[in-house]
Amino acid sequence: MTATTKIGIGTSLSRVDGAEKVTGKAKYAAEYNVPGLLYGVTVSARIAKGRITQLEENAARAVPGVVDIVSHLNRPKQAWLDHSWKDELGIPGEPFKAFHDDRILFAGQPIAVVIAETFEAARFAASLVEVAYEEEPHNIDFTASLAEKFTPSYFKRRNTYHPPKKRGDPDTAFANATLKLEAEYHLATEHHNPMEMHASTVEWHGDGSITVYDKIQGSQGDQAYLASAFGLGKKNVRVVNAYVGGGFGSGLRPQWQVQVAVMAAIHLERSVRVVMTRAQMFTHVHRPECTYSIRLGAEHTGKLSAMINDATTSTSRFENNMEDIVVWGMMNYDCPNASGEYTIAPRDTYTSADMRAPGAATGMTLFEIAIDEMAYKAKVDPLEFRLINYSEVDAMNETPFTSKALREAYREGADRFGWEKRSPQPRSMREGRELIGWGVATGMWDAQFSKTAARAVLTADGRLEVASATSDIGTGTYTVMTLVAADTLGLAPEQITARLGDSDLPTAPVEGGSWAAASTGAAVQLACQSIAKRLLKAAEKMEDKPLHGAKSIDDLVFADGAMALKSDPSRRVAITEVMTAAGLDRIEVEETASPGIGGMISMAQKSRNTHSAIFCEVRVDEELNQVRVTRVVSAVAAGRIINPKTARSQILGGVVMGIGMALHEETFADKALGRWMNHNYAEYHVPAHADIEDIDVIFVDEPDPEVTPLGVKGLGEIGIVGTAAAVANAIYHATGKRVRQLPVTIDKLLHP
Amino acid sequence: MIRFDYARPADVSEAVRAGSGEHAAFLAGGTNLVDVMKENVARPLQVVDINRLPLTDIEAREDGGLRLGALVTNAATAYDPRVQQRYPLLASAILAGASPQLRNAATNGGNLNQRTRCYYFYDVDTPCNKRNPGEGCGAIGGVNRIHAILGASDQCIATHPSDMCVALAALEAHVQVTGPDGDRAIAFSDYHRLPGDEPWRDNTLRSGELVTAIDLPAENFSTHYTYLKLRDRLSYAFALVSVAVALRLSEDGRIEVARIALGGVAHKPWRVPAAESLLQGEQPGERVFQAAAHAITEGAVGQGQNSFKIELARRAVVRALGQAAAGTPQSQTDKRIA
Ligand SMILES: Cc1cc2nc3c(=O)[nH]c(=O)nc-3n(C[C@H](O)[C@H](O)[C@H](O)COP(=O)(O)OP(=O)(O)OC[C@H]3O[C@@H](n4cnc5c(N)ncnc54)[C@H](O)[C@@H]3O)c2cc1C
Ligand code: SF4
Repeated sequence: MTATTKIGIGTSLSRVDGAEKVTGKAKYAAEYNVPGLLYGVTVSARIAKGRITQLEENAARAVPGVVDIVSHLNRPKQAWLDHSWKDELGIPGEPFKAFHDDRILFAGQPIAVVIAETFEAARFAASLVEVAYEEEPHNIDFTASLAEKFTPSYFKRRNTYHPPKKRGDPDTAFANATLKLEAEYHLATEHHNPMEMHASTVEWHGDGSITVYDKIQGSQGDQAYLASAFGLGKKNVRVVNAYVGGGFGSGLRPQWQVQVAVMAAIHLERSVRVVMTRAQMFTHVHRPECTYSIRLGAEHTGKLSAMINDATTSTSRFENNMEDIVVWGMMNYDCPNASGEYTIAPRDTYTSADMRAPGAATGMTLFEIAIDEMAYKAKVDPLEFRLINYSEVDAMNETPFTSKALREAYREGADRFGWEKRSPQPRSMREGRELIGWGVATGMWDAQFSKTAARAVLTADGRLEVASATSDIGTGTYTVMTLVAADTLGLAPEQITARLGDSDLPTAPVEGGSWAAASTGAAVQLACQSIAKRLLKAAEKMEDKPLHGAKSIDDLVFADGAMALKSDPSRRVAITEVMTAAGLDRIEVEETASPGIGGMISMAQKSRNTHSAIFCEVRVDEELNQVRVTRVVSAVAAGRIINPKTARSQILGGVVMGIGMALHEETFADKALGRWMNHNYAEYHVPAHADIEDIDVIFVDEPDPEVTPLGVKGLGEIGIVGTAAAVANAIYHATGKRVRQLPVTIDKLLHP
Repeated sequence: MIRFDYARPADVSEAVRAGSGEHAAFLAGGTNLVDVMKENVARPLQVVDINRLPLTDIEAREDGGLRLGALVTNAATAYDPRVQQRYPLLASAILAGASPQLRNAATNGGNLNQRTRCYYFYDVDTPCNKRNPGEGCGAIGGVNRIHAILGASDQCIATHPSDMCVALAALEAHVQVTGPDGDRAIAFSDYHRLPGDEPWRDNTLRSGELVTAIDLPAENFSTHYTYLKLRDRLSYAFALVSVAVALRLSEDGRIEVARIALGGVAHKPWRVPAAESLLQGEQPGERVFQAAAHAITEGAVGQGQNSFKIELARRAVVRALGQAAAGTPQSQTDKRIA
């Protein structure tokens, strides 16, 4: 009867979809078996740039089971205006349109799809399609592309881009600084490669409508895009993405496999599935390569006096993908003089894309290496250095934060890690032949909120369904929805079904930017509160007036399937009883959570961010330079934590990915061929189990009722930001070698 | 579908008969062959599944050595008590490779005959002399971080990726083969070959020949040995450089016999007798180790991205010699380098 037994916000709940996933019941895009399904296998361009002069299809068409081949020569009608191909991200430029014409824009571009009765026939036939090309000069090399770097004009920028705001007189301050650092940092190209490959199963209903089972991070954006690009009309397209096997941003935009699958379905008027191969997964989205030159000036005390940033990231020749690279240090540190430049450099690849904490994972991480370097120059402990330059406000936008418990994160992280035992000199800690290094870095990410709707349906048996068109890309949205509903209505999680990943459900944005938990959570709470209000009304009509005296649901406690008076918990009534007494079969409500006027004002006046402090221990073999990351403590300030268990998993995953960024992930380009070469999991390295030892996650207390309705800031991305810097800084502390190019591989330590 | 005939013979002679011919391939664990078939790198027309052949035993040999059947899995070999006790170098090298799942499927014969991991070899949209003779070598001047620094040719700079074979080279195993012309034993150092003008030939097996067993000699170096592997992550990655060392020390601690084999650096496990003889009769120590490390990498040439391997190989040799001499071999579970 007491709130202590209640499962709700703050309870560690195992994923509600866990059993479905591990038993294989959870269906992913390529697992929907619809009647009469055909299989499409896509032929990829061998060359990086030029034109297709001939497609020789006879051998492929002769393979038994082959139904047809679709290419630019016979594809169905596509929308002509680029505008009709804009997705939710709205990257400026000419969106990629598969089979649009004979032009080749990047190696691996889809140029034809072979459709057959079996996957095997399609796959074999696809290998027989002979393509003749007229090749043109191309460039995949980032360094060479810097010759063409530019700042897009205002109308050709991503609308999420935040231009750096200059303050003070950084050039003079730098010139006059006692301590100066001037260095160039670099991050290699990384490919997202979630476990599930991009796949689409298009079900052709025969009445002009289709259902698309797609790997996508937002069903409704995909629905609108497909409807517009192929002139289908929104009501004729339903997109289902109930389960998504990882995204990391690769599914923010509809990818080419869905274009190809939909075109094949329209062309043949049949159901078709298209799945990218793992090698093809390495030909599309990727985290942009980045070069970042940083100049820092400081006084001998370690107080920063100047920060001059200049970064370039890679994009394609047809779209201007942009990230916020240089602003993070400018926001985070108290320094009177700061400026930033940012350009993008086009190369002949597919457009780079948002990948977990886009911008921050690159910019904040590289900046945090520079900060570390300056701390050594000033002979100040790197943690102390960050505290000396701590900013209580967003130093670039000159706005207060809704909350910033970074100081607490530094302190709690340092305590847990044992930072005070650190010996300041590089190469001063060792055990046998291993040099030991301790490094620290700061992480920062946005706490965003997006307008989201949710529906709640309570039935007389006391079961509740909550639904929203949001997605769960492995982040735990199903579980968050369940917990928030359990919290609001006091129901057991087993009584609750969460539904998501279907464009037919109430409106929700694409899942990205770490806003899903805060936004969907708020919408579910609103919907459940609406139900609570109806229940109270119904209870008021009950003869024995069990809740007499309650003026609003704020006077009630919802727990154990019942509602009770806060002032007198013995006055309670079961929810099912209320339903029965009122003769209600079901209560259905839909509510939309949006920032509201208060929220909008707050957004204009205050910065909303998550922060983290990452501490890392590495052990580096003195002669052979093998690096082991033996300990990481990630202390995160992210507002209220809905589900500590899945929240911790998010940070663990982010830290692992950060270790990969520090030591492993890199896609190698062949410059002559203009293609990515290590396009498989054996040769593109992410951390293996042996690379991961202790990871300790701390959530520091950060009450913040203002940031979002639930006080939740979101956690999907903060775990990766800065982690690679903590590793690189620890490597420096261990070895005295400063590697400014990530990943820090053995060759770079051998010949620094 | 890529049509191929599939045979699953139950005896060796039948397998040899079925496996003769240009377009035949033996299928063992399939962890490599199936991949190259899926990538269209190889398109055998006759797949001879040898998993029913009676080559699944590990047996003692009269001379005191051990015979490892070609179809014994890598895992079963590494965990066999006789191998663990008497040939810990081999067990260690196997366990340094791939993943438990792969080692459970991979066989000894397959491990010997696995193809290179050169990126270009696996990507049919790029030039590769090994896959398509005369097409050119994409890796030369291309992405060659993992390629050879020793014994390469201007036609091919690929490496042999096996860990197991590096230990077998140091142990001076023999490969037992049978073929249309009968049985023969091939000394391990003659089994794999350098690319030269025929980069498509990985080894000296003749057409239709089947590996039936690997013979380990009686001398097993079970006290002074090590397998040290350096790679881009701590497990489940091919070697950038690996070293197998086997030493026999006399009672006064001098080196009587030294064997050093390098992996990840050439088209075959790399041994240099002159480097080994520099150690003979010497007390173990930094000076002689350095000399041997330089001698074994003599003539090494970098291709740019892989040039770091030369220095890395030298340091690895010195370290591995130290581990072996001290009797403190590298653990394959504790990733700290001993
Ligand atoms: C992701 C990945 C990582 C790996 N990492 C490592 C590593 O770190 N270190 C390492 O050493 N290896 C590694 N491997 C390779 C692995 O060890 C080999 O794939 C395996 O040993 C091959 O054995 P198999 O029985 O599966 O051979 P199969 O794939 O069946 O055959 C391979 C080749 O050998 C031929 N063949 C097989 N048996 C015989 C025989 N008896 N006589 C003649 N020819 C024969 C086949 O025709 C084929 O050409 C890795 C593989 C993968 C896929
Ligand atoms: S190194 Fe050998 S295997 Fe690699 S591309 Fe060149 S020829 Fe082919």
